Amino acid sequence: MSIDTDTARKVAHLARIAVKEEDLPALAGELSAVLAFMEQLNEVDVEGVEPMTSVTPMRLKRRKDVVTDGNMPEKILSNAPDAREGFFAVPKVVE
Amino acid sequence: MSELNRLTIAAARDALRKGEVTSAELTEACLAAIEGAGALNAFVHKTPEIARERAAAADQRIKSGDAPAMCGIPVGIKDLFCTRGVPSQAASNILKNFRPEYESTVSQQLADAGAVMLGKLNMDEFAMGSSNETSCYGNAVNPWRRGNDDTALTPGGSSGGSAAAVAADLCLGATGTDTGGSIRQPAAFTGITGIKPTYGRCSRWGIVAFASSLDQAGPMTKDVRDAAIMLQAMCGHDPKDSTSADLAVPDFEAMLTGDIRGKKIGIPREYRMDGMPEEIEALWHKGAEMLRDAGAEIVDISLPHTKYALPAYYVVAPAEASSNLARYDGVRYGHRARLAQGDGITEMYEKTRAEGFGHEVQRRVMIGTYVLSAGFYDAYYNRARKVRALIKRDFETVFADGIDAILTPATPSAAFGLGEMADADPVAMYLNDVFTVTVNLAGLPGVAVPTGLDRQGLPLGLQLIGRPWEEGDLLNHAYVLERAAGFVSKPSKWW
Repeated sequence: MSIDTDTARKVAHLARIAVKEEDLPALAGELSAVLAFMEQLNEVDVEGVEPMTSVTPMRLKRRKDVVTDGNMPEKILSNAPDAREGFFAVPKVVE
Repeated sequence: MSELNRLTIAAARDALRKGEVTSAELTEACLAAIEGAGALNAFVHKTPEIARERAAAADQRIKSGDAPAMCGIPVGIKDLFCTRGVPSQAASNILKNFRPEYESTVSQQLADAGAVMLGKLNMDEFAMGSSNETSCYGNAVNPWRRGNDDTALTPGGSSGGSAAAVAADLCLGATGTDTGGSIRQPAAFTGITGIKPTYGRCSRWGIVAFASSLDQAGPMTKDVRDAAIMLQAMCGHDPKDSTSADLAVPDFEAMLTGDIRGKKIGIPREYRMDGMPEEIEALWHKGAEMLRDAGAEIVDISLPHTKYALPAYYVVAPAEASSNLARYDGVRYGHRARLAQGDGITEMYEKTRAEGFGHEVQRRVMIGTYVLSAGFYDAYYNRARKVRALIKRDFETVFADGIDAILTPATPSAAFGLGEMADADPVAMYLNDVFTVTVNLAGLPGVAVPTGLDRQGLPLGLQLIGRPWEEGDLLNHAYVLERAAGFVSKPSKWW
């Protein structure tokens, strides 16, 4: 399966990565090369095989549904590029 | 005692306990070695104040008689581990200036055991790479060279800084992480030992996530005994990682008996690749003979789905990465792009991620996005997960047939030159992981042991793969191989 420029543009947008229009053909070529490599998987007979969800056969542990940590807004915000009045700040979302 | 930085962990521990040396002295020796090794670009954030403080505390603790094995031992920490108050940026510009408010469980356990952190180590960006060439800090450089040729070689990746630092005696041991071979390949390229434990043995909490179903932390050390000692301190159950195993951790060092009589070692025929260098083939053969001479039985085995491990990996790992790396949005931490008039939140995400992520990371995130997108999820992602189940079944079958460990080459070549792969297809770089990636897909423990030099004088390693949760037994096999190979070569100092 080969990826064209339009698909590359769509994937870049889905991944929220800005790619310049002139860079799209090269990106499409790179993605196609990797996907061609993956095509080998079609040779495998996977009839009746369950897709793996967990590599070790262990049940996830359960814990009580209680608050275990918190009350540290300053620590949470300490690395934010823009924090104001105890909140993360972002550009206007609703027009 | 001269050149304290050259000691093994075990030798330093014994000397510390006997009072022949202090942690402060060991730490100063390492700090001086680091200062003199700028050319290797291994340590990218140095923490001498923290190191001296912890060394002083360790010396007090040793005096009081309460000293675990790692107490007072100077180590390096891969930049992928979050360390409180110390830059932790996974070698990415998108985490520039990020100083975590918390400490990863593994580095906390090492600190609790008294280990001394010297600083943070170079790596491929988000651990995506096999040559340390995708790092925002620039390449780490292998202390080994091809004879008198001064071409700069890769230390491997992604834990390239960890490997270079241990091989060049800048620290006694280092943490690494391994998603597709990122501990074992650099260990093999630099003539040191590296073990990736069973998935779930080490907590992943506080380690920057790449592919959560594959990532595991492990030690990179000068020999097998040190790997046993350091792994012991790193692993154990952690309630903060729901995939961490609630199993007792045995005394790995005590399991190094050197006795593997009657054990069955599998030699998988599918690992004999077309075009594999003769030297690697010969080394593999010699390794099998060494284990046979030690009383093990060598058995030809088949792992029929081996060929499909790399393509399956390059679906599963980017898929998980695209999901994990969605968190780098310029809102909570790290880089945010400067926005133009009228830019909204979508432009903020897109520009931030375009500026912050390097080329290889962008490519993998987009591949992952593609294979998870509507219409392709079944064809790629689900199919890859089914193939992964078959790869795991291959291993289960041979273990059920009585195989105790599997011997393979660690890498398809010795260390290559930095920049040599720049024009190659990305897939050519991915082939570096051909012998290691199956182990991550199956969640098994694997260890790389240096066993020889190639004709250019570069180290080569073999890999042993063990049964799940049997790192102790695996390390004992590695110990036998190490003693039989008698690998003692060190790179000549040029830096």
